[in-house]
Amino acid sequence: MNELYAWAAIAVITLAATTGDVLLAFSMRRVGDVGELWKTRGFFSVVARILTTPTFFLGVLAMGVAFYSLLFGLSWGNLSLVVPASASLTFVANAVAARIFLHERVGRRRWLAALLVAAGVVLMAV
Amino acid sequence: MTLRKYLVLAGVTIFSTLGDSLLARGMKEVGGISFHNVSGLLFAILNPWVAIGILLLLAFFASYMSALSWADLTYVLPATSLGYVLVALIARLAFHEEISPTRWLGIACIAAGVGIVAAGPSLTPSRHHDRPEAVSQEAKS
Repeated sequence: MNELYAWAAIAVITLAATTGDVLLAFSMRRVGDVGELWKTRGFFSVVARILTTPTFFLGVLAMGVAFYSLLFGLSWGNLSLVVPASASLTFVANAVAARIFLHERVGRRRWLAALLVAAGVVLMAV
Repeated sequence: MTLRKYLVLAGVTIFSTLGDSLLARGMKEVGGISFHNVSGLLFAILNPWVAIGILLLLAFFASYMSALSWADLTYVLPATSLGYVLVALIARLAFHEEISPTRWLGIACIAAGVGIVAAGPSLTPSRHHDRPEAVSQEAKS
């Protein structure tokens, strides 16, 4: 039974983490290079700019859901199952989502990398 | 890509790995949490491992946000997985733990994946039809 719970948690973590990653990446792209901003306009301007980006909070909310699902998942399943399984699924889901929603050019290079990393994460947990 | 940017990516890797490990350790001490006992999650924060783990994950979040502000999501993400390699190498070198052939293969896969992405551009141009100035900035650095 706990294993079923653990896999349900993995599914929720993957979905929430992917949603969060895409929303946060979108927000930070809107904000612009924080290093440059910090140098030219100061730290508080960076904070203000991030805090006035609505999608940032949606992203944080999704990450919060992913984080609490991870806590639940870790209490039901092993670290060596929950973290690698959700991480490797998130890599692949993110490559798809980044292409569709962020219009990132996910070429052969990045597809190969996403699959290699996902496979590697699984292999390390076996 | 400047040294500062590589340091931020290193921060993403190190903070996420340490944070996850401490959190996992803490949650094992706290024990199982059921739907009947959700308030247990709030008390979990009182466990020192969980607390330090959360602090490290906040540091991870800051460096992750910084990285996402100047690089693609599909460029930054593989960096987060280098942590698994880091943990395995520390276990091998510092604690002399055996690493099975499957794990070595996993390490090779992750390292290859990260290397392949890192060798390419950190930012793909198609994202910038609305902000052309960001492209020229990247071209300079």
